[in-house]
Amino acid sequence: MNNLIEIRWHGRGGQGAKTASLLLADAAFNTGKYIQGFPEYGPERMGAPITAYNRISDTPITIHSNIYEPDYVVVVDDTLLETVDVTSGLKSTGGIVINTTKSADYLKKVLKGYDGNIYTIDARKVSMQALGKYFPNTPMLAAIVKVSKVMTDEELLSDMENSFKHKFAKKPEVIDGNMKALELALKEVKKI
Amino acid sequence: MSIRERLSGNEAAAIAMKQINPDVVAAFPITPSTEIPQYFSTFVANGTVDTEFVAVESEHSAMSACIGAEAAGSRAMTATSANGLSLMWEMIYIASSLRLPIVMSLVNRAVSGPLNIHNDHSDAMGVRDAGWIMLFSENNQEAYDNLIMAHRIAEHKDVQLPLMVCQDGFITSHSIENIELIEDDKVKEFVGSYKPEHYLLNRKEPIAIGPLDLQAYLFEHKVQQANAMRNAKKVIEEVAKDFEKMTGRKYSFFEEYKLEDAEIAIVCMNSTAGTTKFVVDQLRNQGIKAGLLKLRMFRPFPTEEIAKSLSHLKAVAVLDKADSLNGAGGALFEDVTSAMYVNNVHVPTVNYVYGIGGRDTTENQIKSVYDDLLEIVKTNKIDNPYRYIGLRK
Repeated sequence: MNNLIEIRWHGRGGQGAKTASLLLADAAFNTGKYIQGFPEYGPERMGAPITAYNRISDTPITIHSNIYEPDYVVVVDDTLLETVDVTSGLKSTGGIVINTTKSADYLKKVLKGYDGNIYTIDARKVSMQALGKYFPNTPMLAAIVKVSKVMTDEELLSDMENSFKHKFAKKPEVIDGNMKALELALKEVKKI
Repeated sequence: MSIRERLSGNEAAAIAMKQINPDVVAAFPITPSTEIPQYFSTFVANGTVDTEFVAVESEHSAMSACIGAEAAGSRAMTATSANGLSLMWEMIYIASSLRLPIVMSLVNRAVSGPLNIHNDHSDAMGVRDAGWIMLFSENNQEAYDNLIMAHRIAEHKDVQLPLMVCQDGFITSHSIENIELIEDDKVKEFVGSYKPEHYLLNRKEPIAIGPLDLQAYLFEHKVQQANAMRNAKKVIEEVAKDFEKMTGRKYSFFEEYKLEDAEIAIVCMNSTAGTTKFVVDQLRNQGIKAGLLKLRMFRPFPTEEIAKSLSHLKAVAVLDKADSLNGAGGALFEDVTSAMYVNNVHVPTVNYVYGIGGRDTTENQIKSVYDDLLEIVKTNKIDNPYRYIGLRK
């Protein structure tokens, strides 16, 4: 399974990291892939560190364990950087995507010499601009798609439009904002 | 044409129940199976099914309601996990001894205590002698397929036994994965309608169900139950053949994965079998002849078939996701080694208790089991057959 891509999400309860991992699974499924999306269930409460996972592959996935050597890591909340070992097992051929406005020097220091690619995005800015509220998961979804190239930008946008129409059938007013958040995030994610 | 979907194991079980559209569902919520009656109750509320949904006040009542419904002559289903099953325990035996083909989704979870909501097989192993047919499922697809086949097996006139379909709590119940669904009309035709021979609401044949049964006949009735369990093997095979015709998906008592020419093999059930397949592929790439026997049908236990299937191996490891706490080994290990012994198969076999209380089972752990087996083949020595993997040092 050389085409297998493994992604680990770090977030805090209530930020939507679990939902983002399920949305990524959904979007990749719609491009014809085999997918897994699953959270690591622990004590669930707002603000507690949570982990979620994705496997995406062109061939069926049989492995059923957590992910210890991910290709990519997504950090939805940069206050986790000093308390959670976010680069644990992270492949240097892959990368880490962090929602942050912190400096490159700071990030390099807290990532303890991780020598793969480091990407940042200000998901707060994107979310406030697009939605007027802080929901980091939609921008982070776009950021990880951009970085991992599990699908093209166009595939993500057309696919998520359908998903949002379904997901927000009772709140159609948030669809445009979420789509805008995806578009902005695709442009905002930067390598340091 | 099947329907390409992505669902969690719980969603898959709920969709199967929707397509089966049973007469009665009685359930009480318990993690990690809660979503099954939760999703199903939305199908009831939307009118997608015409099932009578009984929101009972406990699992004891859930099983009691299923017993009442089946005895009356209708088709009943439920779902539970761990302590929910523990609370049903009294009624579990009543269901099987009254020969009521109730179908249950058991989303496996550790039985307390101390309190743990995560996966192991201690709930299922606690009812292994209760007279229920027990099918295990590697993933959401198998949890779905086993449920679609369940009523045909359980309700067959030569069987008439309740059946539980097991899947791993959280690991598959809460993981979104690809799945192939069958069209509603095909499921309806495959499952068919339930026509019990004897039932309480038959005015033409007044009967009593579950009266006093003392020294004179209980023994004979237990033998009838045992015979029904033996008969179930043939029916499980027949139903699987029809299912394969409909879907192309093949089911047997167990799946042999690269076992035919293997020298060492693991025997296990549910989601760990998937991780083991991944490791077997890696080992095969290194020229190591590793294989897997994934057991689907735990009750009835396919004694002769398992013994035969393992007879050519040089070493076997049986993985138990529940510790029998008997100082001797897990339930699956005892069944497998007993099957080998009575069939005159003598392959060095070791037991690993693993994954207790949701301890993650990794590819490295599985790899270490195969390493141990290679060592056993090399040295022809087993110091201690009762082992653990993934235990903290």
